[in-house]
Amino acid sequence: MNEDDSLRIRPIENGTVIDHITAGEALNVLRIIGITGTTKESISVATNVQSGLMPKKDIVKIDNRELLKEEVDRIALISPKATINIIRNYKVFEKKGVQIPKVITGIVKCPNPRCISNANEPIESRFEVLESGIRCLYCEGVITKDISQHFM
Amino acid sequence: MSESFKKTYPFNIISIKDLGRKEIESILDDASRIADGLYPDNALNGKILALLFFEPSTRTRMSFEAAMARLGGRSINLDSIEASSLAKGETLADTIRVVSGYADIIVLRHPSEGAARLASEFARVPVINAGDGAGQHPSQTLLDLYTIKQAMPIDKIDIGLLGDLRYGRTAHSLAYALSLFNARIHTLSPRGLELPDSILNELEENGTEVIPHEEINEVIPLLDVLYVTRLQRERFPDSASYVNIAKNFRITPEILESAKDHLILLHPLPRVDEIDPQVDELPCAKYFEQSKNGVPVRMAMLMEMFR
Ligand SMILES: [Zn+2]
Repeated sequence: MNEDDSLRIRPIENGTVIDHITAGEALNVLRIIGITGTTKESISVATNVQSGLMPKKDIVKIDNRELLKEEVDRIALISPKATINIIRNYKVFEKKGVQIPKVITGIVKCPNPRCISNANEPIESRFEVLESGIRCLYCEGVITKDISQHFM
Repeated sequence: MSESFKKTYPFNIISIKDLGRKEIESILDDASRIADGLYPDNALNGKILALLFFEPSTRTRMSFEAAMARLGGRSINLDSIEASSLAKGETLADTIRVVSGYADIIVLRHPSEGAARLASEFARVPVINAGDGAGQHPSQTLLDLYTIKQAMPIDKIDIGLLGDLRYGRTAHSLAYALSLFNARIHTLSPRGLELPDSILNELEENGTEVIPHEEINEVIPLLDVLYVTRLQRERFPDSASYVNIAKNFRITPEILESAKDHLILLHPLPRVDEIDPQVDELPCAKYFEQSKNGVPVRMAMLMEMFR
């Protein structure tokens, strides 16, 4: 993290910094890891941050919460270049890239109204990740564009 | 049947995509032997098949019942009226858990896409999908393939898919299965009812060439197999435009004059006006044979599940 960024967002003592988020996707990143207006975490968000010659990016900092591997991997769906920094005592304790998961469970709602995953059944939605998009493991329908539009 | 086949074989048959080329070929080979009478008629003695049909499909249901009976097994039924009232009262997951306690295998037909996949997750016995909404119907695809194989080697055929290719699930599944056999696929459909992009992408990923056509006379001479699907009136804005378009897609003896000698003509039935009844007498008309093939193919599927 360079000087420029830190002016915009204060450093955190413990928690997670998600850096290099595709510009404009910060709020979707929060949604995908289950942070809504009613959750109790303290969050800082910076969008469209320009640093040097790098393309614009978003940054999210979450106080006092270390993201788990599976939470991190969901982010890959909308922001494959994001990096995750776990912060302990103001220092980067661990740095990791995101990895696209093979199957996404319970994050995306199938857009097919006749899909059994939208009925009152004791299951979560499940999608298989393809090169060109994601495929519902129930109805086999494929979403190729704007996956974040279909987040629950 | 080879050992490696046994190990990789799925316990359920939900989608044709669950089967590889080897598995498909093995079921088709078994179906041939069965059609020749080479099967033990007590193979499934003492076994019970539960037919759960949440929407009516008398032919599919009877064909599974006949298949089970020929193998010495018995069927129990939940008819569509009972099923619909049951569906209001409890989840499909619960129904499946309960019926798993009554039967050794479940055959499910349901209006919701993905229902059979869900059933396979809650069942303690094997599940066969007999059609889930506009989704998959693998036994239909297998009997389509079987009918082709009776007439010619399946590899590298030129097949024409004609009709409503947007909503026609039988055409989607067959196209997918044939992409495993290096087919070349020719399509001809009314505007707005073309193959969806998601299906085209999948076929392309399997290295299959898909050639769209505009003129029925241009496509017929190229084909080894012509697969005709139903054009549904409700897909058209009014009945005049349906009649207008349907007549361009109607198969008549004249249209077939330019066909190769070995062309076969298939249709998943029931047909409406897509095929002129005069065609029924031509040697290329295989659609009644195709529907009869449902029994040996389903017998092969059932035997596979208990192997
Ligand atoms: Zn779905």
